[in-house]
Amino acid sequence: MRRYAKNVSIIETDTADNPLVDRGLVAELLDGAMTAGAEFAEVFAEDVERNSVYFDDGRIETLSSTRDRGVGIRVVSDGATGFAHTADLSAKGLRSAAQAATDAARSTAGQMRAPIAFDAGGDYVSAASKPPGAVGKSAKVDLVKLADSQARSVGTAISQVSARYGDNRRRILVANSDGVFGTDDQTRTSFGVSCVAEGDTGLQTGSETVGLTVGYEIFDRYDVAEMATRAAERALTKLQARPAPSGTLPVVIGPGSGGVLFHEACGHGLEADLVRKGASAFAGKVGELVASPLVTLIDDGTMNDEWGRYNIDDEGNPARCNVLIEDGVLVDYMWDGLRSRDAGRASSGNGRRESYRCLPMVRMTNTYLAGGDSAPADIIAGVDHGVYVARLGGGQVNTASGDFVFGMVEAYMIENGELGAPLREGQLIGNGPSVLHNIEAIGNDFAMGPPGTCGKDGQGVPVGDGVPTLRVAELTIGGTA
Amino acid sequence: MAARGNTAVDSITAPQELLDIASEIVARARPDEQVEVACSHRQTTSVKTYDGALESLTVADSFGVGIRVLIDGREGFASAGSLDPTVIDSMLANARDNATFAEADDYAGIAEDDGVQAVEIDLWRDELGEVTNEEKINTALRLEQMVRDADTRITGVRNAGYGDSFGAFALASSSGIRAATRATSSSVSVSALAPDGDKTQTGYAYDGARQPGDLDLQKVADRAVRHTVDMIGATKPKSGKIRLLLDQHVAATILGLIASTLSGDRVIKGRSPYVDRVDETIGAEILTFADDPTDPASLGADSHDGEGLACRRNALVTNGVLRGFIHDSYTGRRSGEGSTASAIRGARGLPGPGIQALCVAPGSGSFESFVDDTEVGLVVYNLAGLHSGVNPVSGDFSVGVQGRMVRDGQLAEPVSECTIASTLQRLLLDVEAIGDDLVHLPNGVSTPSVVIGGMSLSGAA
Repeated sequence: MRRYAKNVSIIETDTADNPLVDRGLVAELLDGAMTAGAEFAEVFAEDVERNSVYFDDGRIETLSSTRDRGVGIRVVSDGATGFAHTADLSAKGLRSAAQAATDAARSTAGQMRAPIAFDAGGDYVSAASKPPGAVGKSAKVDLVKLADSQARSVGTAISQVSARYGDNRRRILVANSDGVFGTDDQTRTSFGVSCVAEGDTGLQTGSETVGLTVGYEIFDRYDVAEMATRAAERALTKLQARPAPSGTLPVVIGPGSGGVLFHEACGHGLEADLVRKGASAFAGKVGELVASPLVTLIDDGTMNDEWGRYNIDDEGNPARCNVLIEDGVLVDYMWDGLRSRDAGRASSGNGRRESYRCLPMVRMTNTYLAGGDSAPADIIAGVDHGVYVARLGGGQVNTASGDFVFGMVEAYMIENGELGAPLREGQLIGNGPSVLHNIEAIGNDFAMGPPGTCGKDGQGVPVGDGVPTLRVAELTIGGTA
Repeated sequence: MAARGNTAVDSITAPQELLDIASEIVARARPDEQVEVACSHRQTTSVKTYDGALESLTVADSFGVGIRVLIDGREGFASAGSLDPTVIDSMLANARDNATFAEADDYAGIAEDDGVQAVEIDLWRDELGEVTNEEKINTALRLEQMVRDADTRITGVRNAGYGDSFGAFALASSSGIRAATRATSSSVSVSALAPDGDKTQTGYAYDGARQPGDLDLQKVADRAVRHTVDMIGATKPKSGKIRLLLDQHVAATILGLIASTLSGDRVIKGRSPYVDRVDETIGAEILTFADDPTDPASLGADSHDGEGLACRRNALVTNGVLRGFIHDSYTGRRSGEGSTASAIRGARGLPGPGIQALCVAPGSGSFESFVDDTEVGLVVYNLAGLHSGVNPVSGDFSVGVQGRMVRDGQLAEPVSECTIASTLQRLLLDVEAIGDDLVHLPNGVSTPSVVIGGMSLSGAA
């Protein structure tokens, strides 16, 4: 019978500044796995503290705090990966998890190895100048209340307001049999407001969200009252919205949130794990023209303060700024440790995981389209009859076929080169490889969009994206009109 | 943790043991406090194979504890991934602290036992404990091979997978509620690849059951293969109004979305298109569905909800007429309708009302007969962008779709890169036929196939 851990000595955690796992114990676990015949072994430790305040329907609905700590141990043997994770951080718990991972990888003949010598890996501290943990809960409560009262003051048609404050501090430690030993301390803070407006045509919604890899100083940059006003105005505008058209039209995408277009249209298809399995429309196309020559696409894990930023990835490799497509030519895919080892090259720092419970995979960080030189107004003026999408919601892609969808949450008709009536929500659909060639104009007004969570194989990780204004010759709009 | 496959039955924490831990925390409630504690333990194994070999094998133990404290109508919550006593102490203190910052709400509180007798449902199968890791790996390898062998056009399998879990859950509260349960589950999935000119087509399928012996690998392989090779040569269809033919999997997805708008928290906050519409006709007369976790055949079956109340059958729509909403104890009190024992949660999250075991009443006719009777229609294989294309507040519905056209009663050309659009409200009224082919799906939905008319198909001009 497995007992719940009653007497284990957990490494002191209340100060949250001590090492997650003892360095000597990590070396012992890795040595043990390698001695048992593994090709590669890794210890990933994580400690996450989250706080959130959720205000809804005129009251504080939830104040919640969670703490999640654990270790995932990966052992690769004969190309097969064994993985075990545990929240029992005692020496006994970790040894047992390491044994399970080693067994799972079906290691065979044992062999003597030289003990692993750790390089002096990265050892990063949080860049947050105002750690959210040091800010009182009442200040956070005041922020969500302010959002509510401000949004309601925008119009009497605003029938519901919800607001969410969230912060999390994620400390990780990664060590592996290649000698990597690194730590990172990531702090993210976010705030969102969502409004419902009620009118003759039913209910409509509007929202605004910001999130950065910084501490409470995010509120020195964003004004909660302004965010609430924008969210309310969006919901009110949509009360006048008419059904979106149905069919294929030219589409202008506004700056910021349109980054999700590239995230879906080609970002996922440039992940080396999918490429290797033949599940990408971009497999075998490095060096080829895969997009309009206007397109330069970058994935940048070092981008200051952005939502998808970190110092080291979840395999201990430093984050990098990677050019994926340059002037329309495919330069490189994104790589994690496993795939780059197979290919005999360096990781691009894109190995990420949702938590210690998950194996790392190739993931995007902050993905963006570099700015062009067209004036945004000229880009719109070039359309006789089409759609302007001011804000995109989430999306999804079938990487094998390249077909992708994304939702327009704020959109307007364009008639004779001018913005017209607001549209109800609808989905846009296109094929990644063909849309990339159909990009006709790129503006000079680059902006990052709201924070996102990218889901892949059941794992969600924080990502950022951004674009300037751009025009696609045609996309299919899934309306009802 | 080693050799888990042979020992898991012995190594999962007994539900009673979790209940003892939860009860011990509840016993620390101060006289002015309501305290509710959920504890869980889960052991999972997950296998992925690729190219005829093991790619990864993951074994894991996960614990969870969630503590809810109410003081004078103020609610605080804290959770952690460990049952270690020091962690529990700090979570209890955190939940109490959080409660002091919350606002008082007359309706806030934990559930009170309402005297409904729980249906005993055994969600546990000893058989799973007999399965070795070797056999689990072989199951995934066999599925991969079945897909490869089924059709020469299949050139690869992105992943074949097998997964299972042993879970125990307990809930105790200061109102005297004590509930504990354990469950096993087992699943397989596969996605196939077939080249199609410059593109690659892919199809995914899965199955789930309480024990591996109930998994139908052949059915999974057939579906993944059909959804892959049938899509070869797919083109963008012409825009227009169209009839959709939904097999049980796709029908479950769409009806599940609609049922979620009947959740009490959406209704009390005015965020459902169905607020104030009880006893009105909201769907076609042939449409009847309920949330029924008391049906042991449903894979969403359970004896207790996430607040420890006995599960019960809740009628939602009967012959097209809206019968009511689903509530947890909070929305039940606030609406005056009482809890319908529909709280769903993990130990580490707060409870909220949700559909547990949606069950759509079967009609008459087979899926094949629906195809026969259709002049122009679309058999939907796959939906894309459900999270971005469905607004449960306004009801706007627009999602990417791929599948095969039906022409003059025959399956015809495959189509992709198109969307279907309507509103959730229209969609229910436009249900034209319901099949007699009810199945219990792994996601807890039990439904036959469904035909919906009047959809806007957007493709080529």
